[in-house]
Amino acid sequence: MPDLRDLYQEVILEHSKAPRNFHALAQANQKAEGFNPLCGDHFTVYMTTAGDSIQDIAFQGSGCAISKASASMMTQAVKGKSKAEAKELFDTFHKLVTTGESNGDREDLGKLAVFSGVSEFPVRVKCATLAWHTLQAALEGKQEKVSTE
Amino acid sequence: MTTAAKLPSTESSVRSRSFDTGFDVERIRGDFPILARDIRGKKLVYLDNAATSQKPRVVLDAVSRYYEQENANIHRGVHFLSELATSEHDRARQSVKSFINAADAREIIFVRGTTEAINLVAQTYGRANVGAGDEVLVTAMEHHSNIVPWQLLCEEKGAKLRVAPINDAGELILDDFAKLLTSRTKLVAVAHVSNALGTVNPISEIIQLAHQKNIPVLVDGAQAVPHMKVDVQALDADFYTLSSHKMFGPMGIGVLYGKAQLLEAMPPYQGGGDMISSVTFEKTTYNKLPFKFEAGTPDVAGAIGFGAAIEYLNAIGVENISRYEHELLTYGTEKLGSIEGVRLIGTAKERAGVISFVIEGVHPHDVGTILDQEGIAIRTGHHCAQPIMDRFGIPATARASFAFYNTKEEVDALANGIQKVREVFA
Repeated sequence: MPDLRDLYQEVILEHSKAPRNFHALAQANQKAEGFNPLCGDHFTVYMTTAGDSIQDIAFQGSGCAISKASASMMTQAVKGKSKAEAKELFDTFHKLVTTGESNGDREDLGKLAVFSGVSEFPVRVKCATLAWHTLQAALEGKQEKVSTE
Repeated sequence: MTTAAKLPSTESSVRSRSFDTGFDVERIRGDFPILARDIRGKKLVYLDNAATSQKPRVVLDAVSRYYEQENANIHRGVHFLSELATSEHDRARQSVKSFINAADAREIIFVRGTTEAINLVAQTYGRANVGAGDEVLVTAMEHHSNIVPWQLLCEEKGAKLRVAPINDAGELILDDFAKLLTSRTKLVAVAHVSNALGTVNPISEIIQLAHQKNIPVLVDGAQAVPHMKVDVQALDADFYTLSSHKMFGPMGIGVLYGKAQLLEAMPPYQGGGDMISSVTFEKTTYNKLPFKFEAGTPDVAGAIGFGAAIEYLNAIGVENISRYEHELLTYGTEKLGSIEGVRLIGTAKERAGVISFVIEGVHPHDVGTILDQEGIAIRTGHHCAQPIMDRFGIPATARASFAFYNTKEEVDALANGIQKVREVFA
């Protein structure tokens, strides 16, 4: 039986209560909106990119503890990274939250490894990945709102 | 209580009598096989009845008996089984007719559920009677199924959807509603009971106000019929909709009630078999009511199961159900309302079946996950009623919704679960 404490780790709860980079970016040159129509979670991801580098990133919106903490920790994890590195990190993260495994790349995930418990709660995977899908859309310059459905 | 003695129920040694209503809830729980199961090692506490209700053994038996012993297409053959299936299907229609006190079984149209019933009216009555510049009036507490069909109609016709506002308690503001009834209003569509807030609307007054201006009223009764006695003639409703699966019957079947005079004048909904009297390539004449609106082979097993659910409700007595549930809802409202950090959404004086709430600092989705670990099933989200969430300035709520098989102990389990949520997020 899955344990609630595996899902609601202290780090996750802390980020959900005090999310980092939780504001708009006036000078953002890339942004995207993500939406989960089933639960109403809604985030906007803002980025300032220069060439291939994500120089600054922030987000706004509302959602559950998992989605908000994931968005917060994502902004910390990808700030300063190249676009390719961010995409690679999303792949690793996605594998973690869907399977609980990470191909031995756990070190690359760093703090994001706390989300491994999400794999025990399949209906919450969309919460954990909403911000990441939105980031990906922003990187690809997609105009339409990203939906989990 | 004499009504409990008539129950088609298995004997139960436990006879706990909750509250002072004399309602034998333990005995009733024995009629619902699913209530005996465990969830994640905990006793199931099913508080998601507004989404769908559980089914008593008599309904499950009626459906399987049909497929095992009676299955045949209706209105077709002269053979024994076809006649049997046809008469069982007719009997189910009669049961619905009596249950809501319709004047005539011809006024009972079997559909897939409330959603299809509303779409049927929008696409037939609506398309024939709503034109450019006309208005359809709904309330701010409608389910999406009583919003979107009208939006589609209004878009097609160049008509306007008007919305009567609600107050902070989640009650319709009747004065504002009355002001929105004008010569342009062609139809009023309103929920009898709000699925997201539990508010019971003053349907009689609403219908009287509309009828003073000769405006017909469709009542979405999906959330009312499981909880209270409904008499469509006493209400003078023009259309009334119900879903079997929310009133202990099978999924996939429901009813549109309409006054015969209105139904007669409406164009058909879908074309096909059973809804015609004769067909040539030059001209087709339509069948009489109710078959004009029932194209194709219907869900016969569903109708029979629905009929069995109604007979079951009659045996318990809808008034007894109402009385018991009122006690349960009052107890739950006091219990949950007194927990620190819990805010009730929807505090109308008249409510049925639903307690919607938010917990300070915790998103409803997280509330749902934590309660699920305790075996407690509630709904979280916008409940297909996003405009209500906007009205209260919240993205979502947690919703506990009750049926007559729920108990005081289950309300206590919910309250304990909420304490656990608060501990996790402390």
